[in-house]
Amino acid sequence: MQTETEWKFTAKDIAEKPDLFLSGHRACAGCGPATVLRLIMKAVRGPTIVTNATGCMEVVSSIYPYTSWAVPWLHTAFENAAANASGIDAALKILKKKRRIKHEHVDIIALAGDGGTYDIGIQALSGAVERGHDFLYVLYDNEAYMNTGIQRSGGTPLGASTTTSPAGTVIPGKLEHKKPIADIMVAHDMPYVATASPYYWRDLLVKVRKGLEVNGPAFLHVFAPCPRGWRSDPAKSIELSRLAVETCIFPLWEAVNGDYQLSTPSKVFALAPQKKKPVKEYLQVQGRFRHLFTPKFEKLTEEIQRVTDERWKRLLKKCGVEQRAKTTA
Amino acid sequence: MRVTAKEKSWKEISPAGVCWKASTQFLTGDWKTYKPVRDLEKCTRCLLCVLFCPDGAIHWKPEKGDIEFDYNFCKGCGICANECPAKAIEMKLE
Repeated sequence: MQTETEWKFTAKDIAEKPDLFLSGHRACAGCGPATVLRLIMKAVRGPTIVTNATGCMEVVSSIYPYTSWAVPWLHTAFENAAANASGIDAALKILKKKRRIKHEHVDIIALAGDGGTYDIGIQALSGAVERGHDFLYVLYDNEAYMNTGIQRSGGTPLGASTTTSPAGTVIPGKLEHKKPIADIMVAHDMPYVATASPYYWRDLLVKVRKGLEVNGPAFLHVFAPCPRGWRSDPAKSIELSRLAVETCIFPLWEAVNGDYQLSTPSKVFALAPQKKKPVKEYLQVQGRFRHLFTPKFEKLTEEIQRVTDERWKRLLKKCGVEQRAKTTA
Repeated sequence: MRVTAKEKSWKEISPAGVCWKASTQFLTGDWKTYKPVRDLEKCTRCLLCVLFCPDGAIHWKPEKGDIEFDYNFCKGCGICANECPAKAIEMKLE
């Protein structure tokens, strides 16, 4: 196993590496998940098989007869990403036993959106993890079912207006909070769980590689802004993924064998709380939270801030980081 | 660019849902309204635009030591212009 410093993840090396997620896919302009996938496919180490649940990234990358994947790629149904991965793992095991493949090790990446993980795929994922198959599960979280027209999922945050939780005069968008999926996966006693954001690309690549090198299942929760569903400017997709970390709405951490550890981009805000930005800054640039800035639903932003702070505090406690007293407060 | 019905009959294509063409044959550049134009003097070659482009439309050419825009695939989203630390990229109406 290579150490972290031996991995060549400088911008130049990454740029020189050939794309395994080809251009010419039909994602919207400014698609966050497409950037995420391009970056993830730059971190693979050898022969890789990708399996994909139904979702935006499955649809835009495999419009018949074109494929954007330069690696073997498999798709079945919405709930099956993890089940597919465990099937591939079992098949590889028996092929290796019969000496039918020449590769010593083949990496398996299972890809799914938040709908295919939070709601539909969690049963298959939980089962695959429990059986201990060796694969990396990547959840690209764009916070709703964007592929079918922006319906709310378990990953949609409080107050977000979607087509099945529309903001009106009575209801202020979605009424429930986001499900802490990564914590649920940590509770499975997995060898590796992490959250990542495309703005901190090196952090993301290192986490992908760590997840692939680990023996057994690994889970990666990647934040992936969707300009279409979030009603944001396509040019701001990467900026939003930075803001989410800076406001601590989406903190970056990893849990190796259940031990929480804060990643460097988030550690900055733990050690210097005055740098942490208010949640409003993140909400303001998105059209799906537009109604939160009307007098009627104004209180909801305070509620979002409160829950964000609460979760952030709880995370710091888990990571064993002591937050210094706020200097400004 | 686009597949015509005559290209392959059903007997010749691969079975049930197997995609056989690389999507690089499908040029997505005709979507764009704005196109990125780079100021060569301001550019520091930090390569952030290459990493953040969702379409892989910006290539790093090691032999030239410079980056190159591939307008065949660029959808004109403006992420490169927004993320450029030197503000060297400008989105211009095509």
